[in-house]
Amino acid sequence: MEFRFKTRTKYLINTVAVLALYFFLMFLQGDVLTRYQSKMLIPVGIYIILAVSLNLAAGFLGQLPLGHAGFMSVGAYTAALFTKNVALPIAVSFPLGLLLGGIVAAIFGILIGLPALRLRGDYLAIITLGFSEIIRVIILNLDFTGGAFGLRGITRATDFTSVFICVVITIAVLHMLIKSRHGRAIIAIRENEIAAEATGIPTTYYKTLGFTVSAFFAGIAGGLYAHYLGILDAGTFGFMKSIEILVMVVLGGMGSMIGSVIAATGLTLLPELLRGFDNYRMVIYSLLLVVVMVFKPSGLMGTYDFSLSRSIESIINSRRRKAAKKEGVSHDSHT
Amino acid sequence: MTPILDVANLGIDFGGLQALDDFNIQVYNNEIVGLIGPNGAGKTTVFNLLTSVYQPSRGSIALEGKKTKGKNTYQVTQSGIARTFQNIRLFKDISVLDNVMVAMHNGMSYTLAEAVLRLPSYWKQEAAARRTAMDLLAVFDMQGVADAKAGSLPYGAQRRLEIARALATHPKVLLLDEPAAGMNPSETAELMTTIRSIRDRFNIAIILIEHDMSLVMGICERILVLNYGLVIAQGTPEEIRNNPLVVEAYLGKKDSDGKKGIQAS
Repeated sequence: MEFRFKTRTKYLINTVAVLALYFFLMFLQGDVLTRYQSKMLIPVGIYIILAVSLNLAAGFLGQLPLGHAGFMSVGAYTAALFTKNVALPIAVSFPLGLLLGGIVAAIFGILIGLPALRLRGDYLAIITLGFSEIIRVIILNLDFTGGAFGLRGITRATDFTSVFICVVITIAVLHMLIKSRHGRAIIAIRENEIAAEATGIPTTYYKTLGFTVSAFFAGIAGGLYAHYLGILDAGTFGFMKSIEILVMVVLGGMGSMIGSVIAATGLTLLPELLRGFDNYRMVIYSLLLVVVMVFKPSGLMGTYDFSLSRSIESIINSRRRKAAKKEGVSHDSHT
Repeated sequence: MTPILDVANLGIDFGGLQALDDFNIQVYNNEIVGLIGPNGAGKTTVFNLLTSVYQPSRGSIALEGKKTKGKNTYQVTQSGIARTFQNIRLFKDISVLDNVMVAMHNGMSYTLAEAVLRLPSYWKQEAAARRTAMDLLAVFDMQGVADAKAGSLPYGAQRRLEIARALATHPKVLLLDEPAAGMNPSETAELMTTIRSIRDRFNIAIILIEHDMSLVMGICERILVLNYGLVIAQGTPEEIRNNPLVVEAYLGKKDSDGKKGIQAS
């Protein structure tokens, strides 16, 4: 009989693991890491949210959106303008602003998704690319966004804890979504859209849903980003930002959440770790990408997804098998 | 007895080409109907019309008295017409069980919020759907490969999985597009038994397109023959076998000197 955890135990294990990770990282920041290194954990978290959310649209839904930075900028400006202009203590206005940023980004997701998702592949990529450029230019030319001067004086409310909470919520929500009938519908569209439609899946609805949820979390990440830097410049949300996030998703593996987490962490830290190589660091960075794509085109993790309780289960099971074998052998020698 | 599927004067044009015209059929519950004809006769077009992949230029389709006009493919599937494909269309990179579970989407009702919050409705419906899916796989003797990737199955098993997936949508009419294509004679014989047992167990009507005459003649109670978008004959297997028009459509006319062969025209 194979050993299996009860569902409730699995959730308990995961909760404990998340809390342990939080306190471990807090400990690192206090005693091991320098101030600068601690500060790096925040962009790492923001990029994890961006990569994991883009993975829903690119890896699980199988579309190729190139405008993730556009949704991020919508969320960033919405959240920043909200906290700047609302007479509430920052502890209240900050989470509200993040949520609002996510919602507005999601609304843009629906607006752009409905027409864009009628097309596929290259066409969708170009539409979403065009959309994010339009957003950037509009922000650049509006008054209340600060225009080309940028939006200044945003309270720097983003700290490690708030990013950590957002990362956990994002991953948990996306995981629960994917492992449900709704997630199966989204994956079925990636696998074969005609067959999905023929098995009773409303494909337009689920394509828009996947795209919108993806945009929502990009908006949240944008809000965190705004309150991390304290100043927003429309130029940072250009085409290259979208590509950067897409590279993380592809490198980690389309359709693997743990892959996105690893790739986002690695690619955010790598340029910093390579600072010693100075002029060559961008060359090394690019070379690494080429090498991974040549030797593992499906990305670091493919479509594999990590489950802590499943790993513990398989360790226990293999130990039991070994023990049973040993017992069987000693039994034989006796007779 | 009222027919479960009632198709009247169905026709579709692609530009100037009349791909199908004046197609009529009444299918009753528990019936197995065969649809045969030479290549390009319009057989798959009929299936595409029945499942709303194409909208007909003329005529009407009614399932249990309700017209399917204007519905999307997924709505037609929800209302009870399921199909398989001539060239297999499985969800290759996910498990066999998940392939069937996708098709049970509409059998479950929990919302997105209920899924994300993992409320009891999620657990109950998922567990029930999983049991039903496993039972369905057992009918096709596939419960042992439930966790394998669908794309890794041998060809015959992929065809059976496609039928299982179609059945998971709880159809009233099942459309099988060349289910025996690429199968060897013993696999075909096995498939015949499976199709019969599906009809008896699930109490549904089956329409199948097939080129393998042993299968068509063996299990269909009624056969329609299409040629150039028109029904040229219909009747029992015996009647079809002896129909000169059918023989002509498949083999060509007899030459004046009495040799059988395809006539160059």
